Amino acid sequence: MNSQTHASVRESTILGNRKNKAVVETAAQIIFTICAFFAVLAVVSITLYMIISGTPAIFEVGLTEILFGTVWRPAAEDPQFGILYVILTSIIGTSMAILIGVPIGVLTAVFLAEVAPKKLAMIVKPAVELLAGIPSVIYGLLGVYLLNPLMYKIELAVFEGSATHQFTGGANLLSAVIVLAIMILPTVINISETSIKAVHPSLKAASLALGASHIQTIFKTMLPAAKSGIVTAIVLGVGRAIGEAMAITLVSGSSVNIPLPFNSVRFLTTAIVSEMGYSSGTHRQVLFTIGLVLFVFIMIINVVLNKILKKGANENER
Amino acid sequence: MKNRRSRVLALAGACILAVGGLAACGAEETSAPSTGAAQTSSAAESGADQTSSVAGSAEAAALSGSIQMVGSTSMERFANALIEAFAVTYPDVNVTAEFVGSGAGIEAVINGTADVGNSSRNLEAEELEAGAVENIVAIDGIAVCVDPANTVTGLTKDQLTNIYNGTITNWSEVGGSDTPIIVIGREAGSGTRGAFEELLGLEDACVYANELDSTGAVMARVASTPGAIGYVSLDVLNDSVVALALDGVEPTVDNIKSGSYFLSRPFVMATNGEISQQSDLVQAWFDFVLGAEGQEIATSVGLITVE
Repeated sequence: MNSQTHASVRESTILGNRKNKAVVETAAQIIFTICAFFAVLAVVSITLYMIISGTPAIFEVGLTEILFGTVWRPAAEDPQFGILYVILTSIIGTSMAILIGVPIGVLTAVFLAEVAPKKLAMIVKPAVELLAGIPSVIYGLLGVYLLNPLMYKIELAVFEGSATHQFTGGANLLSAVIVLAIMILPTVINISETSIKAVHPSLKAASLALGASHIQTIFKTMLPAAKSGIVTAIVLGVGRAIGEAMAITLVSGSSVNIPLPFNSVRFLTTAIVSEMGYSSGTHRQVLFTIGLVLFVFIMIINVVLNKILKKGANENER
Repeated sequence: MKNRRSRVLALAGACILAVGGLAACGAEETSAPSTGAAQTSSAAESGADQTSSVAGSAEAAALSGSIQMVGSTSMERFANALIEAFAVTYPDVNVTAEFVGSGAGIEAVINGTADVGNSSRNLEAEELEAGAVENIVAIDGIAVCVDPANTVTGLTKDQLTNIYNGTITNWSEVGGSDTPIIVIGREAGSGTRGAFEELLGLEDACVYANELDSTGAVMARVASTPGAIGYVSLDVLNDSVVALALDGVEPTVDNIKSGSYFLSRPFVMATNGEISQQSDLVQAWFDFVLGAEGQEIATSVGLITVE
């Protein structure tokens, strides 16, 4: 009797009766599945599309010709599609940006999480978050109007009287690297800060109790404990740097050259962006192949860095 | 928790902004060639013409058939824009175009496999002898520009060639101050680059310090970089840069029409025999191309009209 009244009460809640509840449950489950399927569908279709549109040129021109050729003359009578310098530029440019951006980012994160007085942190933190929201084209424009003239002055000083150097007016690899380093900062800072803050307070307390100073605690205890989060930050930073096109197409000069600091260079992304407009035939197909190369690169970086990350995390647990 | 949510929000915001940025640059890119917009606007105009003059549309509707066009790759944009607008006025006329090269186009006209041969150069004597007639439908003009502070006001053809092939690297070699020359050009595949290199005989021999992907970018870079030199379509030139006289001739529309400015080339639609001897279809095509609407399309793709 008693249980029956309970049941009837349960059945007549505002959420509806038991039957309705079951329908809602299944419906929600289906909706969730469909949503999850969208992401998979997107990845699969992008992968397929890149392979389908990127491979014809490989057969037409030859894989080694494309990957290891150093001459990029896509519109010539006898066209050459070597993208070795473009690939090297992307690798070197991204690594340099990481080398500059990650230390600054991680130290800023330490500052925000541990060192900064609350009031100062309240100024720095929103500034960093705002940095993440600035569109990349704005970074590019600032690069053109502030960074390039400065670089040109340095270039003039460094290569004064040089007969072999081609002057670029400041649009060079270094400018692109600096822009990229600034662009990855918000990603690195935010994720590193979260992971540093997530380190269990007992670790910090124990370290301090053992007589270590605050700075010693940060570098010897907290950063190693936050390692996996910082590696994630680097992975995402690499992803952002290697995939960026708009900002660096404005500041890098976009000529295909050996990636030396003061050379005008072209990245994988800018190679696609800058010539898609008027390209046709094999030229266009090779641009898709460059896209495929970029795609494979990002896949490799993701897999490799994730492996390192997991390994690091396992070691931490031990 | 709250912190995390705000971070997620910030990330989402960043994503939206990034996507917006992408969309914006996509829009920029598509608007750069600008033919699309030009085509649709001119198409709309011609649609209006059609409804206003019923007689004209009746005449247009009477024409049907197809026109074969073969020739210059440089004229692809112009020709496609014309074809699209033409199809609005003459829906039953099918214009097909192949873009294989100027020489091949004229040859096709002479041996009768095409009605119209596109050529981005003047016809040669033997081509004229073989019966081809040179109908200039537009002129492509390129200006060479430098930053406003540059003291050099003119270059000879040799000097310009040597600057672009990397032999001359300092302005002092051509009578300017001791400043390195920063050679700026367009990306491979650009029509302006194709025309510039072809007219100087520098096909794929140019040594560029910067390869930019739009006319606007070239001008902005030249304007902001001391010692820079760049080339742009004549029609977009503005006060932010200084256009150089070439072989002593200023780049003006008049000088280009008179033929004294060498960095220009005619866009020819060659026919086998005079236009008046052609079929009604081909005559209608030339009426359209040389008429107000066709010349407006020429302007919209950056060319100089013929009067």
